[in-house]
Amino acid sequence: MEPVMAIVVGALFATSIYMMLRRSIVKLVIGLILLSNAANLLIFTVGGMKRGLPPLIDEGMKMPTGGWADPLPQALILTAIVISFGVLAFAVVLIHRAYEVVQEDDLDKMRSTDT
Amino acid sequence: MMGSLILRTAARFLLPLLLLFSLFMLLRGHDEPGGGFIAGLIAAVAFALYLFAFDAARTRQLLGVDPRLLLGLGLLAATVSGLPSILLGEAFFTAIWWPIDVPGFGEVKLSTPLLFDIGVYLLVLGAIMTIVLALDEAEEE
Amino acid sequence: MNPDVALPVLIPFIAGALSLVFYRSLSVQRWIGILGTGALLVASIYLLYMTYTQGIRVMAMGEWAAPFGIVLVADLLGAIMTVLAAILGFAVAVYSLATISRDNIAYGHFPLIHLLLAGVCGAFLTGDIFNLYVWVEVLLVSSFALLILGGERAQMEGAIKYVTLNLLSSILLLVAVGLTYGMTGTLNMADLVGKLAAVENQGLVTVIAMLFLVSFGIKSAAFPLFFWLPASYHTPPVAVSALFAGLLTKVGVYALFRFFTLLFDHDVGYTHEILLWMAGFTMITGVLGAAAQYEIRRILSFHIVSQIGYMIMGLALFTPLALIGGVFYIMHHIIVKANLFLVGGVVYFLRGSYDLKQIGGLWREKPWLGLLFLVPALSLAGVPPLSGFFGKFIIIRAGIEQQSWGIVAVALVVGLLTLYSMIKIWAEAFWKAQPEAHAERAAQFTAALPTRSLVLMLMPISALALLTLFIGIGAQPVYELASAAAEQMQNPQIYVQAVLGDSQ
Repeated sequence: MEPVMAIVVGALFATSIYMMLRRSIVKLVIGLILLSNAANLLIFTVGGMKRGLPPLIDEGMKMPTGGWADPLPQALILTAIVISFGVLAFAVVLIHRAYEVVQEDDLDKMRSTDT
Repeated sequence: MMGSLILRTAARFLLPLLLLFSLFMLLRGHDEPGGGFIAGLIAAVAFALYLFAFDAARTRQLLGVDPRLLLGLGLLAATVSGLPSILLGEAFFTAIWWPIDVPGFGEVKLSTPLLFDIGVYLLVLGAIMTIVLALDEAEEE
Repeated sequence: MNPDVALPVLIPFIAGALSLVFYRSLSVQRWIGILGTGALLVASIYLLYMTYTQGIRVMAMGEWAAPFGIVLVADLLGAIMTVLAAILGFAVAVYSLATISRDNIAYGHFPLIHLLLAGVCGAFLTGDIFNLYVWVEVLLVSSFALLILGGERAQMEGAIKYVTLNLLSSILLLVAVGLTYGMTGTLNMADLVGKLAAVENQGLVTVIAMLFLVSFGIKSAAFPLFFWLPASYHTPPVAVSALFAGLLTKVGVYALFRFFTLLFDHDVGYTHEILLWMAGFTMITGVLGAAAQYEIRRILSFHIVSQIGYMIMGLALFTPLALIGGVFYIMHHIIVKANLFLVGGVVYFLRGSYDLKQIGGLWREKPWLGLLFLVPALSLAGVPPLSGFFGKFIIIRAGIEQQSWGIVAVALVVGLLTLYSMIKIWAEAFWKAQPEAHAERAAQFTAALPTRSLVLMLMPISALALLTLFIGIGAQPVYELASAAAEQMQNPQIYVQAVLGDSQ
């Protein structure tokens, strides 16, 4: 399973960077969305993938018996999803406002603050 | 607005159902899947559906309060839920439980995690409504 | 348990929440702004005192013991940074009373300042690398919103670049955190010290170190990753610019100090050599960029970049003296740089422009403002006996002891060019006469500025200038504080022992 995931993660990173290098700000945001998904999938993969081994402790025991899947990467991903959800909602508002103010979707036309 | 008759009628019926479901998710969250974040999202979806069916002004009216107030109250509740443990000399955010017996219902466990979850619920609802309403009002202008 | 560690995070959160609750009343928000940041200042000084007298302060959130739960840790470096953040927060809150428009306050200037401070303090005090990512996001989201309050065209254009590059760096940070967890199975910094050393393939550790380096390099605007900073920092209201200039890049620098003293000191010859090259180029590009500018805030923005180079140089040399110099330099820089922005704001409110070609004659009209500008400006350039002189002196001396002649030469030349930039602002804005073409606009702005606002602006500026003088003239106690902090950085075992205790 890991090789497949590795290829998917790589493809996601490549796609997102391609999108971010486009001139349109909408594509820029799509690239950012893909990028955060790629990062989450990467954490999920390096956290170790196991099937059908919920990390639950049986009644009266102190440790789970047998193997168990590590729940922490999922907690990390969940937190990261929540954060990227908030940030991307902001980014959508930002490009909307920017489009209203600048009347332009093209990053190359937004250079007045560069030096 | 874009709302069709079907969407408007459906939104009217779905809104209370979704809100009720969000409260259910909020309260079952401690030991089972659910919790403040997901419940807040469901509540926000309910209001967003209403927004799609009608308009921003009516949604604000339905919400009753400014979403920024929800944001503030939620953040306050979530932060304050860490304080009782400090006052009792324990570490920040240590869970503290106050079980009470409600006659005819059984034991109700009030706790600081519950307060935290309610805070997160309000925070998520407030934040999403601020953003969605701002976007919608910018479109309507 | 030590509640003092949590207070600098808790207070700004509560203040931010309260000012959101009172979103209707601007005056209540202003009061909460002053009281909240004031309380933060008191709490952070208390924390520094406790850390200095009693050693590293640790608190496990929710009684989940390290390394399994999230811990807040205040070692001296973290505590010093928290105090600096609080000083700046307080100064900017006072300055905001006079300079931030009613609209911006109504749109949430004060709540965002509080949340930004909460994020910054949290990043300084956390002992968990994933938690660090979360705090960085908290402060980034607040800074995004602060950057676009007002909604002018330049702000939007600057914000798009700022947001994109900072999000990219956050995601790199997240990836690096995930890979670290995959390799070691822990996220606690103290636990990582031992676990990273035990990793069989140390080459992989270096790869992860490089990922962290790129991520924090973007955040601290080090060469070649600094382009977002000069494109965006001059766009928001000047109070916000000052806060950003003082604090945001320093979170990146702090993280570099933390990671490359505590966690990644396994291959110093490789990682710190790269840091040294970065430091040299950061200094040069920053100062040359500034030399080409004719707008006060743009000059100052480029100088942030060049000053970051000195701090990274302190870290890269990696001797006890160099680390002391790095910490000293951070203390000096945060206060001085923010103060220069605040003075630039006063110049704007007196003249109606930041463009050096359109302004002048301030020395004749307001000599005290000239003095208040000269203190931080000469300090930034490193003129004795001001704070910048000692910062540069310690770092350059550490470089000479290491016989790194190249970087020493760069640091000296960059100091000279910094002086050139400061003299440029002095000569144009203060010394030369007001250009006739813009005299009318300038007179209008001067006349329109109420005395109350002017006093409110000058109070934080004078306080920060006094602090600069104190760090310069009373350098000995500050040096001792910095050397105690550097000693803790040199001995990761102190940190590990404080966090993990006897379970090690």
